[in-house]
Parts: sequence; structure tokens; C-alpha cells
Amino acid sequence: MWFEDLMFFVAAALALAGAFGVVVLRNPFYSVLSLVVHLIALAILFLLLHAQFIAAAQVVVYAGAVMVLYVFVVAYVGGVEDDRDRDPGVVGQLGPLFALFLAVELVIALLGTGLSALDTGGAEIEAGFGSPAEIGELLLRKMLVPFEAASFLLLVAAVGAVVLARKRRGLPDEGIV
Amino acid sequence: MDVAWFLVVSALIFCIGAAGVLTRRNPLVVLLCLELMLNAGNLALISFSRMHGSGDGQIFALIVMVIAACEVVVGLGLIVGMYRRRLPVDVDAMSELRG
Repeated sequence: MWFEDLMFFVAAALALAGAFGVVVLRNPFYSVLSLVVHLIALAILFLLLHAQFIAAAQVVVYAGAVMVLYVFVVAYVGGVEDDRDRDPGVVGQLGPLFALFLAVELVIALLGTGLSALDTGGAEIEAGFGSPAEIGELLLRKMLVPFEAASFLLLVAAVGAVVLARKRRGLPDEGIV
Repeated sequence: MDVAWFLVVSALIFCIGAAGVLTRRNPLVVLLCLELMLNAGNLALISFSRMHGSGDGQIFALIVMVIAACEVVVGLGLIVGMYRRRLPVDVDAMSELRG
């Protein structure tokens, strides 16, 4: 039991530190690496919640594939660092304050709800909870329509990305400036 | 571990992501912060799935991951397009749609 608690605090600290790093670090490349740390820590949290399949998908798909895509684009565009001296503007100045208020409000709302199960470790679960077998069965039986809609959406996004990023014939590169 | 702890962590991650979206200028980093917010939502969904002992929340989280992947692909395509046209890679400079 104490081992689970220890893992939770280590993973939560890593996840929060990674998230903070994404926002604070100036170089986008370091932000991407910080997000990888965050995603792997989140996968540990998912494991603690008995979501083995989602944790594996998080590491393989997210921390693996999606982050490689980010690294490629950062390398292509070049790490454009944020200008420190520029005036941050009203939104930039009030943004952290807004986030702080939002955090306080969310934590109060979460801890003040009448959900009595919040202060327990969760409901009793059978042995196969969160396993690929159960996820697969849910996806193909109960959630078939969202599953198909998601696959169609992926196709649309892939086609859209190709259309957006390709070189247009007849249109000079610096077309609309 | 109580489910409430996981939810508090998820709320904090969401707010860090929101602060990043509001303060950073580089569209790449804005996309990364959007990922943070989506992941906070995923953590909350999986916590509630554990709380109820049903797998539906995990399916929901999986679908959110698909949506996040779509968002990344389209967003990165836009950024590459901006770079190709020698437009400044800066969200403040891209204000042509402002009324």
C-alpha cells in the first residue's frame, strides 16, 4: 500500500513539474522534452488507476509517435524562442492570475462536492478491469459508433494536414503576406 | 490512494496548461499547452472511471487521445504552412482575422 502512495506522489510531482516546464521553458525543443516527461508520469498515474491499456497507449502513441512529430516540426521551423523583452499585453499579464483563480476554484469545487466516493480508493473492480480485452469489447460492442466516428475523424485530419502543408502549384511561397 | 488526489492533480495540470495557452506566443508551445489541458481531462476521466468501476471513462479517454492526435496533425500542418510562406511564427502576429 505504501508503495502505491509513494508512486503516486513521485508520478504526480513529475507530471506537475513536466507541465510547468512546458509553460516556462523558453526553447520549444525543451518544452517538447518536458512534455514527454509529463506524459510518461501520467502513464504511471493511469497504471495506478488500473488503466493498463490506456497507459500503454499513452506511452506508445503519445510519448512516442506524437512527440516525434513535434520534434520534427521544431527541427524544421527552428526553435523560435519567445522574446522576453516584448510587452506581454493584457492577456499575457492576466493569464497566470486567471489560471491561479481557476485552480483554486476547481480544487474547492472538487473537494466540496457531495460525491462520497471521492474519498475512497474507488469501487470494487474485477480482475480484468482496464485490460486490452475489456477495452476491445467495450469499443466494438457498446461504443461502436464513437469508435467509427473517431476513425473517420483521423482520416479527415490526415487528409487535411496533407492539404494544409503541401506546396501549392502556381502560388508563390510567400503568397499572402 | 483516494480518487480526490488524482482529480486535484488533474485540475492543477489543466490550469498550468491554460496559463501556457494565454501567455506563450509560439504556436508550437500553445499546441503543447493544449495537449496538457487535454491530458488533464484524460486523467479526470480515468479517475472517475476508477471511481465508478466501469470502463466507459477509459474509452472516453481513448477517444480524447484520438482527438488530440487530430488536433496536433492539423495544427502542425498549419505551422509548417506558415513557415513555408515566411509568415512570422507568432500567434500575436497572425491577426488578420481580427474584425
